[in-house]
Amino acid sequence: MEYSKKVMDLYSNPKNVGSLNEEDENVGTSVVGAPSCGDVIKLQIRVDDDGKIAEAKFKTFGCGAAIASSALITDWVQGKSLDEAKKIKNKDVAEYLSLPPVKAHCSVLAEEAINKAIENYLSKKGK
Amino acid sequence: MLSKTIYMDYQATTPCDKRVLNEMIPYFCEKFGNPHSSSHRMGTEAAKAVERARKQIAELIHADDEKSIIFTSGATESNNLAIQGIARFYKEKGNRIITSAIEHKCVLEACNYLKNEGFDVVILPVKSNGIVDIDALKEAINDKTILVSVMTVNNEIGTIQPIDEISRMCREHGVLFHTDAAQAVGKIDVDVSKVDLMSISGHKIYGPKGIGALYVRTKPRVRLTPLFQGGGQERGLRSGTLATPLCVGIGTACAIAQKEMAEERLRLLKLKDYFLNKIFDNLPKVYLNGDREQRIPGCINLSFDGIEGEGIMLGMPEICVSSGSACTSASLEPSYVLKAISVREDLAHSSLRIGFGRFTTQEEVEYAASKIIEVVNRLREMSPLW
Repeated sequence: MEYSKKVMDLYSNPKNVGSLNEEDENVGTSVVGAPSCGDVIKLQIRVDDDGKIAEAKFKTFGCGAAIASSALITDWVQGKSLDEAKKIKNKDVAEYLSLPPVKAHCSVLAEEAINKAIENYLSKKGK
Repeated sequence: MLSKTIYMDYQATTPCDKRVLNEMIPYFCEKFGNPHSSSHRMGTEAAKAVERARKQIAELIHADDEKSIIFTSGATESNNLAIQGIARFYKEKGNRIITSAIEHKCVLEACNYLKNEGFDVVILPVKSNGIVDIDALKEAINDKTILVSVMTVNNEIGTIQPIDEISRMCREHGVLFHTDAAQAVGKIDVDVSKVDLMSISGHKIYGPKGIGALYVRTKPRVRLTPLFQGGGQERGLRSGTLATPLCVGIGTACAIAQKEMAEERLRLLKLKDYFLNKIFDNLPKVYLNGDREQRIPGCINLSFDGIEGEGIMLGMPEICVSSGSACTSASLEPSYVLKAISVREDLAHSSLRIGFGRFTTQEEVEYAASKIIEVVNRLREMSPLW
C-alpha cells in the first residue's frame, strides 16, 4: 500500500500513544472496531474544568492508516471543546492523510472513537 | 537500515536466475525461428531448443515420456486447462470434481466456473495443521467423480499435502488426479507417477514469467478438451506458437533446480531454523501457521498476536514480505487459507508470510529477524489488545 508522507510520519512517530486512568471521572474512554475485522481503536480524553479536552491518548490495533488516523484525531482534539471535537468528520481525516479509498473505514473508525469517548465522558458526568 | 531492498516473498515470484536469462537471450533476436516451421533450419533450430526444454522439465518431475509436457502461459493456464479440460472431456463419465479449500484461486475459480456447466464441486476441508483431510476425501469420492485436484505444496503456509495417499485413493476409484505443483517443483522431489496431471510455473522456480507447463499422462492416455482453438500445437491441447525463449527459460530453470535442489533445501532449512529460533526466543505469542514438519523450509507463515500484519510491513518497508491481513487486499477479507485452517480471525489479520529462496543470505535473515522483533515490539506497545 502506498501511503502519503503524512501517514508515514504519523505511523513512524505517533504522538499521544498511551492510556489515561479510566476510573478518573474527567476521563472518557471508547473502544471501537473488532479484532476479527483487523482494526481496534481505544481512545481516551481527559476534559478539564473549562470543558476543553486537555489530553487525548490512543492505542490502536490495525494497519498504518488506522494508526495514523488515531494519532491525527487525538492531536486535533486537544485544546478543543467537546462540541468542536464532535465537528471533526471522518472525511477531514481521510482528506488530510490522503487515505486511499479502500482505507476510508479507518477514518470512520477514528471519528466513531472520538464521539464515543465524548459520550462516555458525558454519561459519567450525568449529562 | 540496510540501504538495499531485501526480497522475502519467494512464493509470490522469484527473480529470474541469470544463468537462465543467458540461455534465453539468443532465442530473441538471433535464433528467432518459429519452432513449428519445420521446413527450414531456423525453425528446426528453435524446435530443438523447445524439445530440449521439454526434456529438462520431464526429467525434473520424473516423467518417462517428454511428450507428456505441454507448454502453457503459466500455472493459472495449466490449472484451468487441466480442470476445465478434464471436466469437459469426461463429462459423460460423471460430474463430480473434488478439490480442497486451500487451493490457489485459479483452481477454486476454475471449479466454481464449472458449476455453471452442471458440475458438482466438492471442496475438501483442511485440518488445522494445513493438511487436507483424507477422511473427507474418502467420503466425497464416488462413482460420479471424474477428477480430484489437490495442490502439492500450499502457497501461503508451505504445507506439503499427502499426494501418495490421495493418489492411492484416486487409483482405487479410477478417478483422475491433478496436482498444482507450482510451489513444489524444484523445491521438493515431485514424482508424476503418482498423478495424471501436474501444473508447473516458470517464475516460481527462477525462470521467466509468462511460461508454465502441464504434465498430461500419456500412458494410459489422459484426454483433455483444449481451452481454445487454433493450429493444434502441443498435441492439439494448446494451440499457439510457442515462445521459444520462455520455453528455454523454464527448461533451464528445471535443469538448475534438479542439480541444486537437495543442497539448497538443506541451506534453506538452516536459514529457517535460525530465523524461527530468533523470533521465538525474542517474541512471545508468535504462532507458526501450518504443520511444523510437513512443509517446505522456504515458506514461513507467522501470526503475531496483538498487532496487524500490514502495520508490521509498513514498519520495515525495506523488507518485501506479504500478509494474510485484509488490509493488504482490496476485498477487506483476511486470507481464506488461514480461515480454512481455523486460524483465529484476529490472528489471520496478524499474519506475515516470509519467503526464503535461492538468493536469500544469512545476513539478510539476521537483519529481517531483528527488524521484525523491533517493529513487533513497537506496535505491541501501542496495541489495545496487547
